[in-house]
Amino acid sequence: MTTVQTRSASSARNKRPSWLRRHSPPYWLSLIGGGWMLAFFLIPLVSGLIVSLETGNPLQGYNLTWSWSIYKQLFVHSQIPYTTFMLRSLYYGAATTILSIIVAYPMAYYIAFKVKQRWKSPLLFLVLLSFFVSFVIRTDMWSFILSNQGIVITALHKMHLVSKNFHILGTSDAVIGGDVYNNLAFMVLPIYVALERIDGRILEAARDLYSSGRQVFLRVVLPLSRAGIFAGVLLVFITTVGDPVVSSLLGGVGTYTIGQAIQDSYLTNQQFNVAAALSTALMVVLGIIMFIYAKVFGTQNIENLV
Amino acid sequence: MPDLANRHEQRRRNPWLAIFYWLIIVITFVPIIVMILYSFNNTPTSRITFTWYGFTTYWYRNLTQVDGLTHAFVVSLEVAVISAVVSVLIGTPLSIALGRYRFWAKGIISSMVFADIAAPAVVVGAASLSFFLSIRLDTGLLTILIAHIAFNIAYVVVVVRARLSGMDSSIEDAARDLGANPFTTFTRVTLPLLWPALLAAGLLAFAMSIDDYVITSFVAGSTVTFPLFVYGAAKVGLPPQVLCFGTIIFLVGLLLAFANGALNRRHLASRASTEDSLSTLVTDTNILTPVAASVDATADPSLA
Repeated sequence: MTTVQTRSASSARNKRPSWLRRHSPPYWLSLIGGGWMLAFFLIPLVSGLIVSLETGNPLQGYNLTWSWSIYKQLFVHSQIPYTTFMLRSLYYGAATTILSIIVAYPMAYYIAFKVKQRWKSPLLFLVLLSFFVSFVIRTDMWSFILSNQGIVITALHKMHLVSKNFHILGTSDAVIGGDVYNNLAFMVLPIYVALERIDGRILEAARDLYSSGRQVFLRVVLPLSRAGIFAGVLLVFITTVGDPVVSSLLGGVGTYTIGQAIQDSYLTNQQFNVAAALSTALMVVLGIIMFIYAKVFGTQNIENLV
Repeated sequence: MPDLANRHEQRRRNPWLAIFYWLIIVITFVPIIVMILYSFNNTPTSRITFTWYGFTTYWYRNLTQVDGLTHAFVVSLEVAVISAVVSVLIGTPLSIALGRYRFWAKGIISSMVFADIAAPAVVVGAASLSFFLSIRLDTGLLTILIAHIAFNIAYVVVVVRARLSGMDSSIEDAARDLGANPFTTFTRVTLPLLWPALLAAGLLAFAMSIDDYVITSFVAGSTVTFPLFVYGAAKVGLPPQVLCFGTIIFLVGLLLAFANGALNRRHLASRASTEDSLSTLVTDTNILTPVAASVDATADPSLA
């Protein structure tokens, strides 16, 4: 593919005006890849918004009527509390993000500063090991382990630590725990990368100037690792808020999230306009939150991240 | 190298970090260990149970016994292989364009790549299904492939571009100065330096594809992939064979990761590498290369 494009770009050299000759190679190179993403990612995403403006029903089909009332129907006067689902998902996202920072930071710090160079890669690899187990299986394994007849609760009962009707599955805590478990590496890795970049001489300088260990951490290490935390928060928060799997496998009726609502309204109820409106709303809410977050904590454009 | 001088006293002074790290790692191992263990459990029924009935390899010997599971697994493998190969083939030229040229659409394409990785899967899935329905394309194997390639291109671009930016472009300039045309420069200079990254990108794309549940659940139609099968079965209890497949994927994945890591270490050893710790991180753990790259992008400005 590449070779064909490169060659055609060079053979076309003589026929084109000079400005085109100078500028065309990157366009040739990005033609198929960029086109694919445009056609099958960006255009569908935008057309999703348009589908939400259609009215109709699953039997007679949908027509584009530019009716914005669906948003009012879903989020203001709705039989189904979509606003609750949305807020609940945002809460899970926020709780998961904060907990992952609390768990991931010490781990990343340990790998970056407390072990010999040759142990760093193996220790990072252990953090990633869960990724070699299929996502759905590893989440379902937790539901197997934590279920009422499972290992954990049986053990707790035997030790008489909990009451007879104590359960873990179906609670918000189980969902948040599962989300933290699934996203931990996405937080450890960027924080590690940021910590690893800190120049040791800066820390020495801080100590030479009589900073205590706590001051070195709070006033030097933590500010310098902000970029890592920022990247981690971005990844973990967005993934968690939209995820339908963890809340469905580890949760119950009280943990229904917006991700599940989108999936069900599409795949179970065939309400295409509802699903499209919900996912558009989710995108907009996430976009606004991320934009504010980037303005307040980040210091640069999100688009330059890649 | 951060605080070599202070490392000794600190390591001795505070064991809590080490204890915390290992505690969390042990917790993350629990589901893996349970999966492997219970794939050998001699259950009387064909669903996994909590009670341990003794060790057996019966489920491995009867791996293909469950209706639809093997087929789903084969479908997943096909989708993963095809989407990995295609996304590397069309993602690499895109990465070269983004990594080696400055052009008008560069910012837009970069944002699109980022959005593709960052967008919640459920939104992408719903949008893709709307799109396929509106262009009257029947959902099935083809639409799964199209959607998987669309998200895999983004991962390929991130991996390949990270390697390109670590590569000295003056070697390519030198080749051109010595009279090589762009095609020769690419095949004789760029490609040999780039191919470990292409392999890593392909493996990452394969992993993302074989593990994808959310997007696939929207665009699959009546086709069943391995994650879809597992999710469906999870509601009623998994057949032990699912755990066998999980264990096999786990072990093969580990094997590939080690092979890839060894390959890259050899590749890196042949070049004097200054960015050693980061490169090994990126290569050993290619799953999270996008993460490393995103920190790359955010790191400098926030220091300013």
